Amino acid sequence: MTARETYTNIFIESFGVEAGALNESFVYQCVPSWDSVGHMSMIAALEDAFDIALEVDDIVDFSSFTKGIEILAKYGVTV
Amino acid sequence: MTPLDAPDLSDLLTLPPYGLAAAEKLACLGRILDELTHFHRAHCPAYRRMLEVLGGGAPDESGLAAIPFLPVRLFKDMELLSVERDQVVKTLTSSGTSGQAVSRIFLDRATAALQSKVLARLMGDLLGQQRHPMLVIDTPSVLKDRAAFSARGAGILGFSLFGRDVTYALDDTMQLDLPRIEAFLEKHREAPTLFVFGFTFMVWRHLVQPLAALGRRLPLERGVLLHGGGWKKLADAAVAPAAFRSALADHCGLQRVVDYYGMVEQTGSIYLACERGHLHAPIFSDILIRDPRDFAVLPAGRSGLIEVLSVLPQSYPGHALLTEDLGTLLGEDDCLCGRLGRYFSVERRAPRAEPRGCSDTYAAPA
Repeated sequence: MTARETYTNIFIESFGVEAGALNESFVYQCVPSWDSVGHMSMIAALEDAFDIALEVDDIVDFSSFTKGIEILAKYGVTV
Repeated sequence: MTPLDAPDLSDLLTLPPYGLAAAEKLACLGRILDELTHFHRAHCPAYRRMLEVLGGGAPDESGLAAIPFLPVRLFKDMELLSVERDQVVKTLTSSGTSGQAVSRIFLDRATAALQSKVLARLMGDLLGQQRHPMLVIDTPSVLKDRAAFSARGAGILGFSLFGRDVTYALDDTMQLDLPRIEAFLEKHREAPTLFVFGFTFMVWRHLVQPLAALGRRLPLERGVLLHGGGWKKLADAAVAPAAFRSALADHCGLQRVVDYYGMVEQTGSIYLACERGHLHAPIFSDILIRDPRDFAVLPAGRSGLIEVLSVLPQSYPGHALLTEDLGTLLGEDDCLCGRLGRYFSVERRAPRAEPRGCSDTYAAPA
């Protein structure tokens, strides 16, 4: 599985959405499942999958599907 | 700035959280809090009307004391917000038990993000920049109703930002889940620090007491326990802070036990206790002690009602609130721990107040 597929699958599983919905307009709280609880479980899944530990500020700034790709790049993960 | 903009806090977020001495802090905080008063006056009609009735604060006061304050219980009686309703992304509520009124605090995206960023600055001071494995002394079911979790759930979730592999020490029936805790300790046996979080009463009732009854000891020597949510229930149970600490050392080997004071009405700006047990105001917030009879500001050493001032409330007019908690200012800029700013202690709740708060709201079966 490519890193992009892993990333996309985590969004699909965490938030119960279709792959087609995942673009720059998929932002924090755009669906009820991406609330603060959903956010923390999505972050935990990403950390497990890519074996990284995000800094607190990056967890706070992780505000959209697209922004997340930018943040993961800081940890050497190219999605 | 025009009254249409909320103050910009980006400079403040780059400063050390306990790094401003009195005069500098007053200049910086006073300006931002004044801006917030103007901002909320322009954006919250109910707040504006209250200021008109109050006449805009006491004329003989200066500095932070001159900033008009609201009684914290007003958020139980009124819905106060300074943004359009469609900008609200999160509504925090305080205690919701047995027909008592609950506070409702409305957050927009900017305020919610600021709360997390400021909390991150304060927690960084306590735990460093790294996130440590986290043990929560509570049950996962406290987060089950995602649409409306309690202040307890919101507190756990807010602090879980600073942990990783967040593990709950209690099962759904509030029993200590020893196999799960042991698996957590085994998994993280190499971690230099463990972050343990719980509300004061839950830690006592559901960690210390069961361990004592079982004659068990948990090896949490590497743990930093952060606990808050009030001493009221423990005071009722005749448990003094010193006994609380020594029981944690005995049963869990916990040496670093850090109390905090904070409330849902000013989420994010918490007051952490230093090594000497004094609660400290960081650069993002401050406290005043007022006489309950005439609301005059009291000097250090005199007990009174705690007023909390915070730069964080932008989406609701909660930047200056008179609480129903009693406290005493202990000093300013001269705590032996080295942190600058005011430091204080919190006593029992003011007698006429109804019981409220985070861990206080959980009714333990007798």
